Amino acid sequence: PPPQLEAEMEEYGAGDLLSEAMCAGARVVVVEDCVEAPAAFVLHLLLKRALAAGGGGGGGAALLALAQPFSHYDRVLRKMGCNLSMHRKSERLHFFDLQGFPGGTQGGAIADSLAQLYSAVQRVVETCRAGENAGRFTVMIDDVSLLEVAANGSADDVLDFLHYCVTLTSEMNCSLVVLIHEDIYSSEDGVGLLAHLRYIADLVIKAAPLSTGLATDVHGQLSVVNKGMLIEQRPAKGQKVWSFHFKVKENGADFFYPGSRH
Amino acid sequence: RGLVVVAFDRSPEVYLDIMLRHGLDSNALSRCVRILDCYSDPLGWKQNIRSEQHQEDSGTPCSTNKDTITIFRSVKDVDKLSCSIIDLGRGFEGEGKTYFSVAVDSISSMLRHASVQSISGLLSNLRSHDQISSIFWLMHSDLHETKFSRAFECLSTMVACVEPEVVDSVYGEERRGDMSFLEHNYSKAKFHVRLKRRNGRVKHLYEELCVEGYDVKFISATSVSIEVNQSLLPKVQFNLELSEKERSDRANVVLPFEHQGKGEPIRIYDGRRSLPEAHQDPNLTTAALLDETEALKSANPKGEIHYLRDSDDERPDSDEDPDDDLDI
Repeated sequence: PPPQLEAEMEEYGAGDLLSEAMCAGARVVVVEDCVEAPAAFVLHLLLKRALAAGGGGGGGAALLALAQPFSHYDRVLRKMGCNLSMHRKSERLHFFDLQGFPGGTQGGAIADSLAQLYSAVQRVVETCRAGENAGRFTVMIDDVSLLEVAANGSADDVLDFLHYCVTLTSEMNCSLVVLIHEDIYSSEDGVGLLAHLRYIADLVIKAAPLSTGLATDVHGQLSVVNKGMLIEQRPAKGQKVWSFHFKVKENGADFFYPGSRH
Repeated sequence: RGLVVVAFDRSPEVYLDIMLRHGLDSNALSRCVRILDCYSDPLGWKQNIRSEQHQEDSGTPCSTNKDTITIFRSVKDVDKLSCSIIDLGRGFEGEGKTYFSVAVDSISSMLRHASVQSISGLLSNLRSHDQISSIFWLMHSDLHETKFSRAFECLSTMVACVEPEVVDSVYGEERRGDMSFLEHNYSKAKFHVRLKRRNGRVKHLYEELCVEGYDVKFISATSVSIEVNQSLLPKVQFNLELSEKERSDRANVVLPFEHQGKGEPIRIYDGRRSLPEAHQDPNLTTAALLDETEALKSANPKGEIHYLRDSDDERPDSDEDPDDDLDI
């Protein structure tokens, strides 16, 4: 990989299998998981990397959290060596507590609430870009399935909101990372959010259990599909699909090919 | 001649970039391409934000392409969309009548904002517009119910399907999560085209599609198309095919217009009895018989027909339609 990319990879995570598969340029990342193989750890890892980018300045993140309160993320990331409270104070991290979204007293249509949420996110991204930070900003949603529930099942409204977030990626040097629970949609009649997201994504990271069942050393398998829409996203080797195993640890995660260890 | 791109799924710059990479220079682009930007602000949210913040409308972020890109903010209003497309198309410069084509990326996104009926209405509208020479659109068939995909296929004269080469038949509990079969599908695919002729006949074309970097190559798979043609014959209990002997016999048949006689007198049946029969008729006088024989001998055709067969190998069910070159 070219020297600049290599340097970025070093910053982003010491060149492990996940960062190799992702390449620094991916814009819209969809993380799929299921009950047997939850992938929240991927979000935590990507959040840590988003905030760690660059020395002074460069990099920032907005976390739209429907799944957990701030204290949870703070605790988890602290064990991974990332101080969310500090980042929040210094406005590197913008935390949106959406556990009560949209808020029952509003009475307006869900589309309006989502439009307002988007407006807040756009403002945050613009402010961050206006500052000395010219680095990549990351908008993270944990998670889209809960957002759909909050929208009373209206996938169309959620997709409209997500579309606007996607426009941020092309206009403002921004990445979008969303988590979706794949097993919720598998038995649905009609086409759900999942199919649409797979089309929108530049990169799909899918966590699944091992076919052989539970194991202490291996928690599951991760498939990464890098569609490589733009030239800078193209993986160095030209490979588009990556498949490897993972083990979640307190301070992060290990990624390794089946049969090997580290 | 111009192209109007109705862009829902990707930023307008992406299309311009693709066209530049494929050799179109920027002059040609500004002359022949107009993009209706339904991507940047389809529902007008950003405009609302700006007016709330009392900012001036800055239009599209990229100002260098102001003429080429027109932003559209009300994708739920199909009539307005239709008018905007036609307006953009009318803006192409040219002498006399300028025709333009319309490309929609994608109908699947359009269907999220408006009903199937209104969109098929839009397409029919565009289709009957006298300046629009062709319309093509992209549809993700797995995002819609089959009946809606079929409805749009019925609207079209040509349907091109990109199908995966590798379909993971064991996808399910066994190999759940293993998507490595996708690697092949991201660079190769089956390409199947169904063409509806004006006379109602349907032609099928099969090719293999290969993606390398920014290039897409099509490799025609002739072996596949032959198999398909054979299977297009209806399955009935009698044989519709010709055997080899039958084929060669047919090739040896001399058609009526193709010979000038094999040395025998030409007997063109004109309703009178044939001569051998006349000889055997006891009622016929010798004089009458002589008359008949004379008539036959002098029956040289005054006019001539020269028939030249132009294609010996023409099979009855071949796809060559002699009416094809009629430009009705």
